[in-house]
Amino acid sequence: MANLEINGKNYQVDAGPEVPLLWVIREHLKLTGTKFGCGIGMCGSCTVHIDGKAQRSCQVPAGEAQGKKITTIEGLADTHPVIKAWIKEQVPQCGYCQSGQIMQAAALLAGDPNPSEEKIISSMDGNLCRCGTYPRIKLAIKTAAKEGRKP
Amino acid sequence: MTGSITRREFLKTSVLGAGLTIAAVMTPTGLRLLSAEEAKKETLRALNPMAWITITPDNIVTVTVNKSEMGQGVYTSLPMIVADELEADWKQVRFVAAPAGDEFKDPVRNNQFTGGSSSVRDMYEPLRKMGAAMREMLVLAAARTWAVPARDCAAFMGTVKHIKTGKTLSYGALSTEASRLQVPQTLRLKNEKQLRYIGKAMPRTDALEKSTGKAMFGIDTFVPDMLYASIVRPQQYGSEVASFNKEAAESVKGVRTVVKIPSGVAVCAEAIDAAWKGRNALNVKWQNPKYGDMDTGSLEKEFAAKLNDRGPVAKNEGDAKAALGRAARRIEATYVLPYLSHATMEPMNCTASVKADQCDVWAPTQNQTGVHNLAVKISGLKPEQVHVHTTYLGGGFGRRFETDVVEEALRLSKAAARPVKVLWTREEDMQNDFYRPATCTRIEGALDEKGQATAWSHKIVCPSIFSRVFPGQMEKGIDPAAVEGVENMEYEIPNLYAEYVRIDLPVPVGFWRSVGSSHNAFTVESFVDELASAAKTDPLEFRLDLLKNHPRARRVLETAAQKAGWGKPVTKGQARGIAYHLSFGSYVAEVAEVSVDIKNGAIKVHRVVCAVDCGSVVNPEIVSAQMMGGITMGLSAALKEKMEFARGGVQSENFHNYDLLRMSETPKIETHIVTSGDKLGGIGEPGVPPIAPAVANAVFAATGARIRNLPMKPETVLAAMKKV
Repeated sequence: MANLEINGKNYQVDAGPEVPLLWVIREHLKLTGTKFGCGIGMCGSCTVHIDGKAQRSCQVPAGEAQGKKITTIEGLADTHPVIKAWIKEQVPQCGYCQSGQIMQAAALLAGDPNPSEEKIISSMDGNLCRCGTYPRIKLAIKTAAKEGRKP
Repeated sequence: MTGSITRREFLKTSVLGAGLTIAAVMTPTGLRLLSAEEAKKETLRALNPMAWITITPDNIVTVTVNKSEMGQGVYTSLPMIVADELEADWKQVRFVAAPAGDEFKDPVRNNQFTGGSSSVRDMYEPLRKMGAAMREMLVLAAARTWAVPARDCAAFMGTVKHIKTGKTLSYGALSTEASRLQVPQTLRLKNEKQLRYIGKAMPRTDALEKSTGKAMFGIDTFVPDMLYASIVRPQQYGSEVASFNKEAAESVKGVRTVVKIPSGVAVCAEAIDAAWKGRNALNVKWQNPKYGDMDTGSLEKEFAAKLNDRGPVAKNEGDAKAALGRAARRIEATYVLPYLSHATMEPMNCTASVKADQCDVWAPTQNQTGVHNLAVKISGLKPEQVHVHTTYLGGGFGRRFETDVVEEALRLSKAAARPVKVLWTREEDMQNDFYRPATCTRIEGALDEKGQATAWSHKIVCPSIFSRVFPGQMEKGIDPAAVEGVENMEYEIPNLYAEYVRIDLPVPVGFWRSVGSSHNAFTVESFVDELASAAKTDPLEFRLDLLKNHPRARRVLETAAQKAGWGKPVTKGQARGIAYHLSFGSYVAEVAEVSVDIKNGAIKVHRVVCAVDCGSVVNPEIVSAQMMGGITMGLSAALKEKMEFARGGVQSENFHNYDLLRMSETPKIETHIVTSGDKLGGIGEPGVPPIAPAVANAVFAATGARIRNLPMKPETVLAAMKKV
């Protein structure tokens, strides 16, 4: 049994504490916005926020996430500046990696509302996109940052 | 805006429901449009109507899209074509993913599949004509309702207006009346100026779903009572199961059954983690590997040795041998390219439910016809009892044309008598791919005294994709994919010879974004550059000189060069390279600006300027996104990707030893669309081929080193620089 707080809701899940958080979120709780890409923390598709920090949920055993605040893509409002910027810049192609990209970007902007180009790249470099949307991801992060600076 | 429907639901709502539905069929005499009534008739059903549009009384226009959305934007571009000619309001247009069935086959290829950069190319004309026919029917229906001449009525943004009185009726309100009219066959299409959506950067219909985690991919399928399956597969090609511990796996909590299937031993369980625990307990022992000594090195040796074999001749114009013999200057080069993995971000998966009287398959597939046929075969049911639900695809790139994972799900559901979701790990995905073929190519070229190219002799050693997938399309033993981009080369060289040597190896090969062009553009465009250098001519001038009668090729080359500042000074430490390629009906030229760290051989690509001529454009935003994506994927392969083999099997496992291009390695990319107004070309694939040679040619310009082996890893670049 794992007790988890996800997007402000409490869940009791019939899964061992060693099961990666990703699989609990996706397959047990059917919060399918969080994606499986590699299982070794090398692609970022499974990125969620744990106590506000972007983490690879495939690398976090469910037991370790207990007592922490977990946010998945479903926990961001459709009006979240990053999501709005993603749509404005028409980022997604196949879309599969984008939940992870958005969660990574949202954590970046929460910590630094005006990141430099270098900081954007170093923060996003762990998130793979096979469709090659990187230039538009970069653009969308800058757009979201600009929107955030507006009074 | 999305959803998938079953055939039964489709027939009920679209064909038999209220409102106006029309379909299109390709007949021997051309396209014919049908009313829903006509389309129901058996005689016409046999003709395979393949496109369906419905307007319901609630004023919604639904386009049933028979192509898979894998990022290339068909769920946006195909409805745009309909909406424009129909004169609909974009806000009232919806799409649904077509179920699999004869009704949805591609009109040109008589198959329901997505590939060959063909979606817009094949569907453009039928969808425009259908939109136009419905518009005319709605106008006529309004005229009848008002008892006024049709010429006094006009369609405008989802309504028909009576010009004199200004009264209007919505398409929805007119749909039932319109359905009673005959479908016109002679149509007046909008002229260029009247187009409302085509050619405009309409926002993607799937952007919101895909930015909020709501888009449902194959992996997101849940079916009541579903089991998860995980499969242990051989690590060596051709090896067989010797033993496995069924009891140990079945004693794991949640495991329901262990089933041996052709691809391995499967554990079916109530939860994914239980399936993996069961899998770990299986302890499968394997025996009789067929190619135990095979590794990357042995494979490369086999390819190289095959260069001395003879094969069928794909092209023979003039007399290349004689021309080479009397050449003022003769050069030769050998190029070696690796096997590549598709590495779609969504690993292979499929959910199937095989019951006594119904079979359902939920699959992120590019090949509905293949899935449907396979499900009919394995379930033993009638075609109409089998339903294929196409989900979003988390990348396709040709990998999802294959139906291997679908077969597993079907077999396991049948064996377990429950719905089964088969989910591959990344390791399974990478090690059980149908790889982009490795190739070995030798090219000899001749120049005359004036530096003019007079002969080109090309031999490619390449495994065959078509002999497995489309054996009927092999001609004289030639795989068309292996020589595409070579045998149809546009360079005006009087003596041209191309030979194909097929090599059969245990490593399975398949379609990988841009297929044969993904390797042949590299060898052809690298060698043209070598000829230009030998002729002491500017690489752009040299190309243009060989393309005097190919204005579209010239124009993309000139556009990319001009926009990139070709011939003008470049940032210190950087150099430019250029390449162009024609594939899937589109011309693409790319200029790459690179620098090379001469100490460690690392390449940095700073900027890529791309010019594309795909005839005319439906959605420029999607065209530039596809060019950007193609360039990135091509660059990933050019700089980083190579499948490694060891001990008779695949060694590469996951992104730690088969990494993809990352944001820090991605250059600035700018795309310029050249609209020639020529025949429509594809856009999903043609961005890929020119980038590898453009970068290699830029590396030559920067260092004088020719890179003839891919990927251009630092050690490869260093080795090439030592030869200078």
